[in-house]
Amino acid sequence: MLSRKARHNFAKTIAFVLLILGAIYAGAPIIWMLLCSFKPNTEIFAYPPTFISKTFSLTAYTKILTDSVKVRFFLNSYFVSTAVTLLTLVVSIFAAYSFSRFEFKMKKTLNMIIISVQAVPPITLLIPYFGLIVTLKLYNTYWALILTYMVFTLPYAILMMTGYFNTLPRELDEAVMIDGGSRSVALWRVLFPISIPGIISVGMYTFMQAWNEYLFALTLTKTVNMRTVPIGIQQLMGQHSYEWNEMMAMSILGCMPVLILFLFFQRYFIGGMTAGSVKS
Amino acid sequence: MWSVIITRKLGKGQPESEKMNAFKKKAAPYLYLSPTIILMIVLMLIPIVMVISYSVMNNVIMNKNPIYIGLGNYKTILTDEVFHTTIYNTLFFTIGSVVMHMVIGLLFAMLLNSRLFSTATKSFFRVIYILPWVFTAAIIAILWRLLLNPNGIVNYFLEQAGIIHTKVEWLGSRDTALYALTFINIWSGYPFYMVSLLAGLQGISQDLYEAAEVDGANAYHQFISITIPQLKPIILSMAMLDCIWTMQQFPLVWMTTGGGPIHATEMLSTYTYKLAFSKYEFSLASASAVIILIFSMVLASVYVRRQKASV
Repeated sequence: MLSRKARHNFAKTIAFVLLILGAIYAGAPIIWMLLCSFKPNTEIFAYPPTFISKTFSLTAYTKILTDSVKVRFFLNSYFVSTAVTLLTLVVSIFAAYSFSRFEFKMKKTLNMIIISVQAVPPITLLIPYFGLIVTLKLYNTYWALILTYMVFTLPYAILMMTGYFNTLPRELDEAVMIDGGSRSVALWRVLFPISIPGIISVGMYTFMQAWNEYLFALTLTKTVNMRTVPIGIQQLMGQHSYEWNEMMAMSILGCMPVLILFLFFQRYFIGGMTAGSVKS
Repeated sequence: MWSVIITRKLGKGQPESEKMNAFKKKAAPYLYLSPTIILMIVLMLIPIVMVISYSVMNNVIMNKNPIYIGLGNYKTILTDEVFHTTIYNTLFFTIGSVVMHMVIGLLFAMLLNSRLFSTATKSFFRVIYILPWVFTAAIIAILWRLLLNPNGIVNYFLEQAGIIHTKVEWLGSRDTALYALTFINIWSGYPFYMVSLLAGLQGISQDLYEAAEVDGANAYHQFISITIPQLKPIILSMAMLDCIWTMQQFPLVWMTTGGGPIHATEMLSTYTYKLAFSKYEFSLASASAVIILIFSMVLASVYVRRQKASV
């Protein structure tokens, strides 16, 4: 009995050491980023490194938040990501309703197309988009980003929402229609409210995708007033002097919305993520 | 807007002929799908046709009247030495990332699923382990450029530990750049696996392990004959998806090394991007883009076949 307990303790110690090592691997770079954002730029590469700066300051943050150009990056990102999220949700709810509640000829084919479309590389579409967006007179506008982002957010959203609707019994909306309600009543008054957890999860994932997008933002916008946060961060890097503390501060500010969403809705997010990606 | 249209078209309205009703019933699912279908035609189907047609013409966009030249662009790309390097780099980067994502993801998922720790401990560490996932490629790129800077903290610790004696330019030297880049991508990508595998582990019935324990199987045997087979479907699906995504990775490569130094980390995506937007060889870039599309579609068809059963 004792040897069994000893073995258990040994296993627990090993596992705990691994747990801590894992946390260092995952978390230490992020802690370092946070620490650097509070340092003066001259101290970033100090030898030996300083961990908690003696001249701890929020200068890097105030510098970014008082720079109207950089604030504009944030506003652009918020606007584009919110628009993409709302539009994706509405369009995907309609599509999912169709896939979940109707039998029709093209159903299997369309569903297959939606799944495969997720594998199309953004770089393949980039070259024709460039021409197409210019032709449609959308170059350097919010619409250029919103529409192209939706091509990549929609398929996942549709598959997730279809999966979610499939778990809800058909009797629910059939009851509404027997009582004389229309299909849209069934969808928006009955299915929609009980699907909120699924919708939150899809919405979060969509927002994250849009907030993080880089390639299209880089190529389909041109002027500073249309740029988004990822481009803004990269532009800080491109200037001749590296303001590392400002770059770190901007990174911290740039990941805040996603981090906050994540911490608040963790449960939905993880549940939804796995339901969507792995249906085995 | 759509809801109004659809409501009007499908609403109860006045009594109509049965034929009309039958038509409406048939059209309904397509109506609900129409916004999706329109978007996919305009921004997916048409662009793919465009890129394929660009790829068989001489320099489009820059040339006012491009002419059809057949597969010439593909020949140029496939015989380009840099393209060969690109294929090697992409393969190394993709396979290295996918394998390590899986190993780290599984290890962390098993730690977080272990019965050795309390639920509170596990939830705390779960948040930490997922953190790399919430950062966008731009942030990951500059963060690691800071960490891996020759005067940076990584070199400092390695020097203190006596592992290196001179400052290594991790991302700036041809010998280390590809490894460093792959390492960064591993760090940023494992949480996706971890989360899915954790859900998978929680779905395995405890009875299986208890039965194995009664039969005298040790932890290693339990891992090989219960955990791995049970997780196999998830692992395969994730690996397929990860292969597709990693192969296409652009932002992280672009912002850490830009494909350099001297093509040492050139990937299919950066190679294509440079052809188009630094050399303005849009036809060659299109041919290269179509090649990436073909690779992706081959992988995707395997993935779709796996998923088909559940649709």
